[in-house]
Amino acid sequence: MRTLAISGVEAVPVDAEIDIHRGLPAFTIVGLPDAAVRESRERVRAALVNSGFDFPLQRITANLAPADLRKAGPGYDLAIAAAILVASDQLAGAPLDGWWLAGELALDGGIRPLPGALAMAERVEREGGRGFALPAANAPEAGLIEGPAIAPLGSLADLRTLAAGEIPAGPAPIASRSAPALPDLADLKGQPGLRRGLEIAAAGGHAALVVGPPGAGKSLAARRLPSILPPLSRREAIEVTRIASVAGRPSADGTLAPRPFRAPHHTISAAGLVGGSSPPRPGEITLAHRGVLFLDELGEFSRASLEALRQPLEDGEVTISRARGATTLPADFQLFAAANPCPCGYGADSPRCSCTAERVRAYAARLSGALADRIDLVLAVEQPSAAALSGDPGETSAEVAARVLDAREAQRERLGPDRVNASMTDAEIAASAGLDQDARAALVSGHDEYGLSGRGWNRVIKVARTCADLDGSRAVGADHVAEALALRRREAG
Amino acid sequence: MSGACAECLRRGQLLSLLAANIDRSVGARAGERARDLLALGDRELAVAVAPTDWKAALATAGARARQAAAESGTGWVMCPHGPGYPTGLDALGRSQPHALFGRGDAGIVAGLDPDRAVTIVGSRRCGAYGRQVAHELARELAAAGIVVVSGLALGIDSAAHEGALAAGGTTIAVLGPGADRAYPRSAVGLYRRICASGAVLSELAPGAATFRWVFPARNRLMAALGGVTVVVEAAERSGSLITAEMAIEAGRTVGAVPGPVTSWRSSGTNRLLGDGAALVRDARDVLDLLLGPGSAPPQPSGPATTAEGAAVLAALDGGAATADAIAAAAGVGFSATLIALARLERDGYVRGDHGGRWTRTTLAEPGGAGRLI
Repeated sequence: MRTLAISGVEAVPVDAEIDIHRGLPAFTIVGLPDAAVRESRERVRAALVNSGFDFPLQRITANLAPADLRKAGPGYDLAIAAAILVASDQLAGAPLDGWWLAGELALDGGIRPLPGALAMAERVEREGGRGFALPAANAPEAGLIEGPAIAPLGSLADLRTLAAGEIPAGPAPIASRSAPALPDLADLKGQPGLRRGLEIAAAGGHAALVVGPPGAGKSLAARRLPSILPPLSRREAIEVTRIASVAGRPSADGTLAPRPFRAPHHTISAAGLVGGSSPPRPGEITLAHRGVLFLDELGEFSRASLEALRQPLEDGEVTISRARGATTLPADFQLFAAANPCPCGYGADSPRCSCTAERVRAYAARLSGALADRIDLVLAVEQPSAAALSGDPGETSAEVAARVLDAREAQRERLGPDRVNASMTDAEIAASAGLDQDARAALVSGHDEYGLSGRGWNRVIKVARTCADLDGSRAVGADHVAEALALRRREAG
Repeated sequence: MSGACAECLRRGQLLSLLAANIDRSVGARAGERARDLLALGDRELAVAVAPTDWKAALATAGARARQAAAESGTGWVMCPHGPGYPTGLDALGRSQPHALFGRGDAGIVAGLDPDRAVTIVGSRRCGAYGRQVAHELARELAAAGIVVVSGLALGIDSAAHEGALAAGGTTIAVLGPGADRAYPRSAVGLYRRICASGAVLSELAPGAATFRWVFPARNRLMAALGGVTVVVEAAERSGSLITAEMAIEAGRTVGAVPGPVTSWRSSGTNRLLGDGAALVRDARDVLDLLLGPGSAPPQPSGPATTAEGAAVLAALDGGAATADAIAAAAGVGFSATLIALARLERDGYVRGDHGGRWTRTTLAEPGGAGRLI
C-alpha cells in the first residue's frame, strides 16, 4: 500500500508492506518508526474491530519502506490498516492498485485530518498515481491539484466503497469563506516618506529598514506591504498553501492561502528563524516564502539569527544540514525591518532620551552592522502630527498596487519572469540598468563624495532602477540616482 | 627619558606612588582638596597623605625616577626647569604641575601658546547635538590652525578630538592617569591616532592607576593650556563646570554653547551663560574670544544651491531631521526632497546618518549671511 511522509515541505513516497503468517499473535512495525508510529498498532487494531473488520490473530509484520527514512506521526495508520485488510483477504486488492492512502485513525474507525495534504497530492500527481484517499477534512485542499482522483474518507468503513471501485461521497463540502481583506494602506495617514519607501521596496523587491520612535507607524506600514505587492500567481499560491499546510495550518475549504506576512519576535532563535531541528522543520523565513518577513527591533535580534538570514536573502532558499543529511527549504521572502533610533526609543536627539552615549554608540554600531550588505534602503520616520492623523485617509492599497504592478511588468520585460531589480546580478546591472548620460556623470563625480564601495554603488543603482520603473522611465536619470543615494544605507559614526 | 630635572621626575613618581593615599585623604571633595594638596611641596605632600611611611615613599619615588631616567622609553617628559615647558601652565601658580609625561609629538606641547589653543570640554553623556557641535567646533578651529585641547573622555571630549583629527589639525589629550595608555580603554583607537599626529600628556608618571582625584587635577591642566575654555554640553554638577571654574581662576576666558532650556543635558552650560560666560555658537565666536573680534577668517562657503536646496537647508536649520519633516517644512515633495538632500550631501552641506536622519554641516551657502550652529 502506498503512502507518504513529509520531509521539509515536500512529500516523499513510503510503501507500507504487510506480512501475515502463522504463529503466536503479534503485531510489529519496522522501518525506523517513532513512538507515534509504533502506537499505530493499538489504533489500527481498535479501528479495524470497531469498523466491523476482523483483526487477524496471527503474526503480523508491517514494514515502512524505505527503511532508512525516519517515520514520524500517525499519518501511516490508514495505509497500514488497508494493507492488513488486503493481506487478510477482507478487501479486494485489485481496485486499490494505484491508490495512495494517508490518514490518522481514531479508535472508533473515524479518520482524523493530517498536515501536508497538498504536498502529498502534488507528489501523488507527480508519481502518476490513480487516486489519493485521505481524511475528508483534507480533501478540499488536496483537490487543488488536478490529476489524481481524490477520495474523501470519513471512516475506515469507507474503504469498502473504495475497494468496490467507487469513490465515497464524503461529507458535504464546507462553504468556502472569502479570504479576509488585507489591511489597507489608506489607514496610514500623513507619512509621505514611509509611503514612498514602502512603494519602492514593493516595486523592486528591496529589503528596507525603517528607523523611528514607537508610534511612527512602522509596523502599521509593514503589515500593509502584502496589500501593495502584485497578486500571487496560482503556482506561487499553491506553494504558499503547501507550506502553510505542512506547518499545521491546512486549508479547510480548499481556498489558496494569501500572501504570507510573518513577524517573529526578536527573541527568536536562529533555528526558529531559518528552520531546524531534526528532521528539519520550516522556520519563519520559509513560512514567509513569497511574502513579507517583518523584523521589528532589528537591532535586538541576536547576531546568530541575523547571520543565518544572509544566505537565504541571497539565494531565496535555505539549506539546513544535519547529521542525517541536508534539506533545502524554499525561502524567497521580502525583508522589511524596523528599529528604534536608540535603545530607549526616543532617539538621542530627543530631550526625553535617557540613553548614555556609550549605549547609543553600541546600539548604532549593532544596527548599522545588522545585515549590512543585504538592506537596500533606509528611511527615518517620525510620529505623524495630530493634524495628519485627523486628516483624510491617504491613497488606498489598490492605487499604489497598480503602480507597483506596472513597475514589476517593466522588470519582467527586462529581466525575465519572477525577477525583480533587487535580484539583479552585477552583469545585469552593467548591461541593462539603462543609466542615462546625466546619471552616469552623477555617479562618476559623486563616487568620492559619497564614500561608497563598488558594491554600495550597485545597491544604489538597483534602487535607482526601481525609482525609474515607478516613473515609467526606460532610462535611469540623475534624479533617480539622487533619490536612491538619499535612501542608501550608511555606516554609523 | 630626559628633559626634566631629577626633582620634578621624583615628583611625578611620587604622585603615581601615593595616588591611592591622596585618594583616601581627599575623600569625596576631590575637586577642591586635590588642588590644595598638589600645591604642596614633595615632603609636605608625602607627610600629609602618608604620615607613617612618607620617608620610604620619598626614597622609592627617587629611586624610580632615577631608574626611569636611565631607561629610554617611548615617551617624553618635561618640567618647568627644562626647555619646552608650556608657558600656559605658569598661570596655575603654586599648583603648577612639575613633570609632564607624554606620548606623541613633544614639540606640539613644547611650543604651545595659550593664545593658539582652545580647550573643549563637556559631558561624557552628551546628546547628538553636543557631539555634533563639539565635532564641528574642533574641526573648524583645527582647520584655522588652533590646537584643540581636551581630555579623551567619552562624549564631548572624544568628539572634539575627532573633529580636530578630521580637519588634519593638531590636538592634545590630557589624561588623568598615566599617559602610557588610553583612559577610558574604549578610546584606545582615538588614543593611538592622537599619539600619531598630536600629543597625549599627564602629570602622573606612566603606569599610574586611576583615582577620582586625578580628574579634577587633570582639569586644571586643560583649563590652563587653552586660552579659551569652551563648555559644549554639561548638566548641573558636571565635571566640566569644575574645568570652567579653574579656567576662570587661571585667568582664562570661558565660553559656553547654549542648549534647549528644556534639556537637562544643557542645564549646566545654560547656567554658565547666565553667570556671564561668553556665548559660543560657532568657531568664529571662539576665534573672536581668543584673538580679538574681527580677526576670524571668513567662513568657507560651498557651491551654489538650487531653490529647492535652499528651502531644504532652511528646513534643516529650523530643526527638521527626517526627510518627511524636511519636506513638510520646505514645502517640497518627498522625492524632490530626497533628490535635493543627495545633492546637498555631495556638496558638503548636509550629512545623513545610519538611521536615515539628516544634519546640517557648518558649510555656508554662497552669498548667505552665514548661519548659527
